[in-house]
Order: sequence, then structure tokens, then C-alpha cells
Amino acid sequence: MSDTKPEHGLLIDYEYCTGCHACEVACSQEYGWEAGMAGIKVIEVVEPLPKDKAYLAYIPFPTELCMLCARRTKEGLEPACVKHCMAAVIKHGRIEDLAKEIDKPRMVLWAPRP
Amino acid sequence: MARKKREIVRTSTWSAGPGCHGGCGVLAHIEDGKLVKIEGDPDHPWNQGRLCARCLAMTQYTYHPDRLTKPLKRVGERGEGKWEEISWEAAFDLIEDKMGRIREEYGPESMIFAMGTGRDIPPWICMLAYAYGSPNVMFALSGIACYSPRIAAVETVQGDYCVLDASQWFEKRYDDPRYQVPECIVIWGYNIPATCPDNVFGHWIIDLMKRGTKIIAIDPRLSWFASRAKKWLQLRPGTDGALAMGFLKVILDEGLYDHEWVERWTNAPFLVRKDTGKLLRASDIVKGESESNFVAWESAKQVPVVWDSTHVEYKPPEAIPAPRGTYDVTLADGKEVSCWTVWDQFRDEVDQYPLDRVSEITWVPQEDIAEAARMYARSKPASIHWGVPIDMTPAITPTTQAIANLWCLTGNLDVPGGNVISRHAFDVVAYALPGGKAIIKLDDAEAASRRIGADRYGPLQSFIWRAQTDLVLDQIFSEDPYPIKGMWIQGCNILPGIGLDPRRWLEALEKLDFIAAVDLFMTPTTQIADVVLPAATFLEKDSVRSWWVPLQTVNKVLKVGECRPDIEINFDLAKRFDPDFRWETVHDLFDEILGPSGMTFKELQEKGWVFPEEGSSSAPYRRYEKGLLRQDGKPGFNTPSGKMEIYSTRREDWGLEPVAHYEEPPFTPVTQPDKLEKYPLILSTGRRSAVYFHSEHRNIPWLRALDPDPVVEIHPDTAKERDIGDGEWVCIENWLGKCKYKAKVTRVVPRWMVMATHGWWFPEEKGEKPHLFGTWKSNVNQLFPMGYQGKDGLGTPLKHMLCQVYKVGGGEDEDE
Repeated sequence: MSDTKPEHGLLIDYEYCTGCHACEVACSQEYGWEAGMAGIKVIEVVEPLPKDKAYLAYIPFPTELCMLCARRTKEGLEPACVKHCMAAVIKHGRIEDLAKEIDKPRMVLWAPRP
Repeated sequence: MARKKREIVRTSTWSAGPGCHGGCGVLAHIEDGKLVKIEGDPDHPWNQGRLCARCLAMTQYTYHPDRLTKPLKRVGERGEGKWEEISWEAAFDLIEDKMGRIREEYGPESMIFAMGTGRDIPPWICMLAYAYGSPNVMFALSGIACYSPRIAAVETVQGDYCVLDASQWFEKRYDDPRYQVPECIVIWGYNIPATCPDNVFGHWIIDLMKRGTKIIAIDPRLSWFASRAKKWLQLRPGTDGALAMGFLKVILDEGLYDHEWVERWTNAPFLVRKDTGKLLRASDIVKGESESNFVAWESAKQVPVVWDSTHVEYKPPEAIPAPRGTYDVTLADGKEVSCWTVWDQFRDEVDQYPLDRVSEITWVPQEDIAEAARMYARSKPASIHWGVPIDMTPAITPTTQAIANLWCLTGNLDVPGGNVISRHAFDVVAYALPGGKAIIKLDDAEAASRRIGADRYGPLQSFIWRAQTDLVLDQIFSEDPYPIKGMWIQGCNILPGIGLDPRRWLEALEKLDFIAAVDLFMTPTTQIADVVLPAATFLEKDSVRSWWVPLQTVNKVLKVGECRPDIEINFDLAKRFDPDFRWETVHDLFDEILGPSGMTFKELQEKGWVFPEEGSSSAPYRRYEKGLLRQDGKPGFNTPSGKMEIYSTRREDWGLEPVAHYEEPPFTPVTQPDKLEKYPLILSTGRRSAVYFHSEHRNIPWLRALDPDPVVEIHPDTAKERDIGDGEWVCIENWLGKCKYKAKVTRVVPRWMVMATHGWWFPEEKGEKPHLFGTWKSNVNQLFPMGYQGKDGLGTPLKHMLCQVYKVGGGEDEDE
């Protein structure tokens, strides 16, 4: 078990994630992952609600393969998923800075495996 | 290890590859002439650095082991899958010989030139067809039911098409001071994964929602937008026309329309004869007056007053026409007729749609319709963004008239944040689209008159220069009035994709003497061809794009095998068929097309993209006030009267109902109650996948992994009644056919409807007949008929069919 405290993370505004999968293919392209593998996966959630209603949500989830694009960020580039997100809902940064940016509901702050 | 030298080349999309209608800026990373990576261009105002899954998979697409890289000639029986590689020269010789013989023996109209969604290539398909001498360019979907019907219908109302205003007209986009964020957008039958219909980047709407835009979603499914909408109207598929009439009813009853706009810009005051039901023409009341001029009632003097359509004004201009009322008018021959105003007739039609009736038709609760209509009408500005379901019903034109009335009457046409008139940038247009003039056209009037369906359908005479697809299919069998002997099929996958009743299409194709296909991969359709030519992706070609703005180039970045861009293929063949073909090189043609912009291809290519300046007819806003829409520079619209036509003069000329209304589609619980016992579920199709464009991309590993199977969405209760579990294979069946899909048990569909995805075939399976890459297995089009186009030849019932769904035992690999 790693005792390293994670420094960097991804802040995701999942209210606006449309489930377009651009982040996944951007990651697969960046690292040449074979089909079905990527550092981020988009999960579809259809939440049943009272009165026969439902809510459709998509949550991008950083997998065990996510390395927060260390190579790209060192060059001053955004991670591949952040850059290409069609809905611009992923932010990369220091966890403590990102936490301050949670200024609306339906957001999630991930600290992926370093 | 030394890093290879990498070159980053800028280009833009619109072609095979992502396949869509977007115009994204991309940066292609090239090493040793090969694409190693592709990224969104952060400087491009269209996508601002973003890029979709399909475009990000370009390395897998471009160098796919199954890419066609050499021309192929059939050596076995048709469909047997035996091919021989031949040179381009040999392929062109063969095509020239076979098509030349058809032209000689049967006439050029006996060759059909088939296209799919086309992207940038329809002009080049027309170029080849016209050089050969055939007027029969065919968009292979029943009722031509994708986009051009809506364009034609909107032009019928207001002379120019319009789209959601997401600031796409300005380099600085949302930050341009002229722009205003819509307070509300009605998302009418559109879902976000489709991304870029109408040449609008779908995710612009997300940008706007973050800037405060509220959504009204009209969709039978719980789409992404429906989940986030302030109002969601879950209508029965195919009843959009009734819903739009219901909106109009609320807006008129409650006076929520822009009275001044209606009086100034529409033909509301024109008189309609009660005896004939037709517009009163100036020639009716004054001998020698023009038939193109209309008549209103001058309210102060209580006399008829002539509207001069040529000068776009009343005679005299200061006349004040009565907006409503019934008047007795004396005709030139002394006869007296009772007339009422267009507004009165329109009002009378709208009054046929009280909300209890609309609710009964649409299955949407009355109060939801009323609240949504009020919200739309009171939001300033408000916009409507619609999807292809509007085209996919036989009454497409009256439905579109109703929706166009909404944005016009609420004062949202061509205003910031409304529905903005979409002209081709700088009026650069390669080929005739509805209403457009063009470089590429068929000059031979005699040949043009033989276009299939042109004699029968008004919009095909005025706006859409296509053969009517349903009639073409019939004529292949009937050979009446002339035989069809060959087909040129370019970027068009008829059997698993665009063809309804696909087994009949196969029979039709097999009847032909000669088929040439152009594509990037072998498909079920190319498998039936005699020659297959390998086409290029957008990265392998030069092209131009003016849909709508900015004006930009697609730039050739690399070459793959012997693949050639569609335009080069068609250009070389056009030269062979037409001794008078007037261009030397493809770039000469581009330069001529770009003429109105004042730039050559090379000059535009250096700039990348260019936005028209204010004052241009392709730059907003309020162009009808400024005289920017009409050739004569007068304020008004490009319609026969120069007015926005609530009562359509053209529809009257075509012998069709001139005013918006609702027509129940042919295969619904209302029109087919006898079928409900066996087929109780509404079958809808065509919901988009984020990772596929229609029948493309099933062979791209990164993409296929994200959406591996053909799925039919079915509600948990509906599934439970049928003992269907999530992920189980089911049969969808009706009286026309059946197919197999994997059940996705989900609450996004209502209990009474299932949604089956379209365009499925299995590139990994056997190609030879009868298998044809499994094209019959999960092909929902087998449950949809040809021949149900609307009265004007447009539209087809594709979103509303009836079916039953039941579980099949395991046999997913079973052959048919």
C-alpha cells in the first residue's frame, strides 16, 4: 500500500458530462492502450426517482491506468482527457486548489492512483 | 533513443474519418508521412481544442488493415467476395466502357448516382452525374428524409434556412459583444451524442447551458437533455406537428407573439378567397395586373390594396392593411367573392388544436404543453434546435411550417440568441441545394426533365435537385417510364444503413447491369458491386467547406496506399464522360467555387478559416430589415411574396395545404388499431451512438469496445412482462420483418416504446453472400417499408412503427 498522499487530481462537473466517450479514446490514443482499456471510463447511471421519474447521469471515472498525464503536464499541456472533453467538464490540478473550485452541485473530485 | 521528427499540420474535418457534419479544427501529428496522433486545434473557433471519440480514433481508422487501398474488380459471381486488384487506369477504363454502353443503349438517365449523408462529396457526385448526363442523383433514404426536407420546408416559409445561434458566426464566439446567450433553447427531437447535425457542434449547447440557458426538451426518450430540462415533453413519436400546433394555440390565445413583427413581415393581411380557398391575386381583381402580386384590405379606405411582390411593397406603400376580417371583393369580371385574411385562416387552423385534443394526440399532459409554450414565448431570446425526427415523418413540411411559425411569430428569427439565418459563408456554394444557385448544375434541360419524381413533387422542382428515392426503387423493377441499368454508389451503405426494406434493395441492385462503388472499407453494399474504388479520409484530401460559417479548407496531410479523394476520382471520370468538361484541375474548380469570397483555394488555405463581415448576407443579424437576403437589396424575404409566408404560396402552387397543420402518420396505434394486439409496442429507431456515424466505425477497435452490440432499449416493466433480462438477445418483429438485438433494459424509454439502434453490420464476419457481414441479423430497417413518403415526396415514417419484442434462445450467432 502506498502511503504517498495524492497531490494532484481531477475535478469533474458531472452535471454536464454527456457520455460522449472522448476522454476514453483521447487516453487510449495518448498511451496506445488496446481497445477496452483506458485511464478513464465513463459510467452511465440511470437513477430511478420517485413518481416514476428518472435521471440520466454520466460519471467519468479514472481507472488504475490513469497517470494524470505526468508527461503532458510536465510539458505544460493539459491531460489528454481534459483537453479533449467535448463538454469541458474535467479540470486537472492540485487537489487543494480543485477543492476550492467546487462551487456548484453535482461535482466529484477524484484522486487517482498516483 | 532519438525522437523522430514530428510535424504538426493544421486541417479541418468534414468527411470520412469522424464521418460527421462538424467542421472541427484538428492538428495532425505526422512522423515519416504517417499520422501518429490527432488533437483538437485550440485556436479553431468551432471546437476550441475539443475533439470527439471518432476523430480521436483516426490513427486506427486511417491505417486499419481492412482499408481498401487499391481498386478492386469482381472476378467471381456478384456477392461471392472474389476480387482482383487492378490499376486505377484499368478501373477507369472498365467504368468508362460499362457506363458508356449503358448511356449509349438506354440513355444517361438509366444510371443512378447514389449518395449517403455525403459530407463534402455530394457536389462531386453531382459533377460526375451531370458530366455523364444523368439527372438522377439519389440520396438513398426513403423520402430523402434527412435534412434537405427541413431545409426545403423552412425555405417554403421564409426563403432561407436558419439554425440555433450559438455565436458560431463570430471568431470570438460567446465573447463577441453582438452575441446574446439564449434564455431558453427548445431541444426538439435531438440528443447530444449525435454531436453535430445541422452543421451545429452539439456541445455548443452545453457551453450555453453553463452560461445560463434553460432547456425545454421534446423527446419520447429520457435523453440527456430531457434529464436536465426545465420542461420535458415526452411525446408520442410522430406527433411533433400536433405539439407545435398546440404551442401556437397557447401563444395566439394568450397574445404571446410579436404583433408588430407579424404585421410588418408576414403575409398575415393577404386575402384568401373563400370560394377557391386560394390567395386572392392582383390579377383576379385588375385585368392585366400580375398573378405574382397579392391583395390585402386597406382598413382606412375600406378598399382592396395590391401587394407588389417585385417591389416588396403595397401600392401605395403607405397603405395600412387590415390584419383580420372578412371582406367582399369585386373581381375583374364583376363577380363578388368573400375573402378573409391569411391570419384568420391560420387562426382558424390553430383553433383546431385545443390543448385537450393536442394532449390526446401527443400523450403529453395539457399543463405541460401550456407551460412549455409560455416559457418559450416569454424567453427573450429563445431558440429552437431540432433533429432529424422532424424529417422522418411523411408530414414533414406542415410540421416544419408550424415550428418555423413559432420562431417567426415570437420574434426570434435572425436575432442574437434566436434562430439565425444560415447562409453558406460568402454565398460560396458548390452545388444546388434548396434555393441555391451553383457552379455544378445540369445545363441540359431535356436531360434534367427526366429526373425521377421531379414531375410529381413540387419541392423537387424548386429546391431539391435529387431523384425521389422511393420512386427510383420502384422504377428499377417497373422500368417505367424508362429502365434503370446501373448505379454509382459513393460513400453510401444501402443494405445495413440507409436503405429501408433492405432485402428489396438487394434484389434491385442485383437486377442492375453494372454497379461501381466508392468507399473506404468493403461493406455489405460494396460487396454487391462490380468495381470498388478506394476513397480517402479527410486527412488525405483537399476540400472546401462553407456550411455555414466559417469558410475553410480541408488540407491534404498524408497519403494511404493508392486511395484517392472522392473529388479526384469523380473529376477524372467526369473528364472521360464529358468532352466539354471545363476545369483542368481540382484546384481550378475550387477556385471557381470560392469565387464569391474573393479568395483562391491557396489564399483561403493560408488563412485557414474566414468569417464573413457584418454587412455580408452570410453574417447576422436582422438581415431581412437590412435588405441583405434578397438579390434586389430590398428588405424582406426570399419568398414568392417577399414576406414570411404563414400561408405558403409555393404549397398552394403545388396543390398542397398551404398552412401548418397535423397529419397522423401511417403506422401508429391511432391509424393501425387492428395491429396492436400482435404488435403493441411503438418501435422507434435511429438514436445515435457517440462513437459511430450511422453504419460506419464498427471495425474501429477503440470505438467498438465502447458500444459493442446492437441494442434495443426497453423499459424494465415491458422487459419483465416478456421475461427479458438486461443483455439478453431478443427478436424485434412486425408484419414486414424481424431482427435480433441485445436488450438494454433501461428507464430512458417509456413502457410503450422500444428504441433500436441503426446501421449495424459486423465487419468481422463473413462478407460473401448470403451472409454479407451479418447485414440481416440486426437490421431494424427490415421492419420499415419504402413508399410512404409524404404528399410532397419528402419524409418517411421512420421514428414511429409498431412491433413486438420477445426473447430468443441464445442463438446470437445463428446465420440467416
